[in-house]
Amino acid sequence: MKGRSWPLLSVLAFGYAFLYIPIVLLILYSFNESRLVTVWSGFSLKWYGELVHNRQLLESAWLSVRIAALNATVAVVLGTLAANALVRHGRFRGRTLFELLLTAPLVMPDVIIGLSLLLLFVAMQQTIGWPESRGFTTITIAHITFSLAYVSVVVRSRLLRMDRSLEEAAMDLGAHPLTVYLQITLPLIAPALLAGWLLAFTLSLDDLVIASFVSGPGATTLPMVIYSSVRMGISPQINALATLIVALVAIAVLIAGQSMRRR
Amino acid sequence: MKLQAVSDDEPRLGRLINIGLPYLWLGLFFLLPFVIVLRISLAEPALTQPPYTALWEWVDGMLEIRLNLRNLQLISEDSLYLQALLNSLWVALVGTLGCLVLGYPMAYAIATAPERQRVPLLMLIILPFWTSFLIRVYAWIGILNANGLLNGFLLWLGVIDEPLKILHTQTAVYIGVIYSYLPFMILPLYANLTRLDRTLLEAAADLGCRPWCAFRRITFPLTLPGVIAGSMLVFIPVVGEFVIPDLLGNPGSLMVGQLMWTEFFANKDWPLAASLAIVLLAILVVPFVIMQRLQQENEMN
Repeated sequence: MKGRSWPLLSVLAFGYAFLYIPIVLLILYSFNESRLVTVWSGFSLKWYGELVHNRQLLESAWLSVRIAALNATVAVVLGTLAANALVRHGRFRGRTLFELLLTAPLVMPDVIIGLSLLLLFVAMQQTIGWPESRGFTTITIAHITFSLAYVSVVVRSRLLRMDRSLEEAAMDLGAHPLTVYLQITLPLIAPALLAGWLLAFTLSLDDLVIASFVSGPGATTLPMVIYSSVRMGISPQINALATLIVALVAIAVLIAGQSMRRR
Repeated sequence: MKLQAVSDDEPRLGRLINIGLPYLWLGLFFLLPFVIVLRISLAEPALTQPPYTALWEWVDGMLEIRLNLRNLQLISEDSLYLQALLNSLWVALVGTLGCLVLGYPMAYAIATAPERQRVPLLMLIILPFWTSFLIRVYAWIGILNANGLLNGFLLWLGVIDEPLKILHTQTAVYIGVIYSYLPFMILPLYANLTRLDRTLLEAAADLGCRPWCAFRRITFPLTLPGVIAGSMLVFIPVVGEFVIPDLLGNPGSLMVGQLMWTEFFANKDWPLAASLAIVLLAILVVPFVIMQRLQQENEMN
């Protein structure tokens, strides 16, 4: 390759600036004493203080974290099974529909997923009496439905790139297929499982639209609280919250990067 | 051959679980709901719980079926709905082109960077995706405000004399869409560009094709699958976008996702919201089929 041209590099620099300036500004202004974005009136941690005393926000955050964790765990199991099916079982009956059902949730607008699941839950309640009320369970089911599609993409690409000679050796030695899967395949695809879990966790923690549709009274997730305070305009507490989220993500990425390097 | 022999006497249970469980879940919670949406879209709103009428009823041994087609008629005739649909498609189109114009050179620059730099550069593209989407869109309110940072900066530069109105305009929606969906464009493009056979470019250079000509006649055509894949990943979800137009957009020109939200939450007209969902789905089927085809072709190679 020839040396890279400066127009290309400047577009790249512009792109990164475009992606990061809003985040950097949020962080900066979370330490600003003034409510106004344009005025810097001095360094202050008061928004963080208000944040930790905001009970509604903390309760909704706890609800969101519990939903996200359960969602990620179930989505990793189902998504891995789906990836196994696609990679290991060749052309089974109904494969085209199966692939369609795994791709559609990746691009389907949230409003459609949210509305259609809500109508399903209402219809189910009328016919079989379950779910009795909407909230934790219905939000988790809705999140698993789209998360499992994302997990299957991540796990599938890992299964496709994986070296199968160890599995073959174990099978030659007479190991039961389930033993082979649990003792050899799963450890080999573990990084993808972890990545899939984190992805599902983040997607769930981030979802406003679908949760709003399928939630009921009394179940308010973190994005719903953020949304209602953001609709009122600028809220420095949200800046503080954003800073904490960015810090957590940065730490997670650093740890993941370190553990990858050690491998 | 050996593997085939083993998998023949592999318990069928494993196969059943691998295929059956996800299939069952997606069938129940993804496919079935659409059937119900279709059903409700043909019902009438009612002041009952849930707020719509039944499609069929047994009355004195007679099966009464009532299909309400007024919603579809309303959507096709009332300019509010038509405009929202057209506006959604337009925003998705502009957003997709914007992502392409900014994303293609970025993906190209990353793919041609020295090998050691590629992964960190790519990580930097993905990283914002891991922080809250809602908060990242919210960040733009502070930037695009009349007394926000962009206006402050432009006034300070002396480019403008009085603050521009950017927040709550279409421009703000375009910016928000490009900002939020850029990674979805860059990733498939990058994957495609790194697979590009570089010897073709060398051959073109040997034959006297200058860099721009090589790009136009070799690189771009060969990365067209990536362009289409990335475009679909942006276009399809943006048509139904709610958060970005709601926080940044002009309340006077709504997108269809906002209409669905309003009909559902504010007007409690579930059948109309369901009808809008059906129309939106019908529109999105075409780009979705293109995307699906492309993916299958990709897998065959």
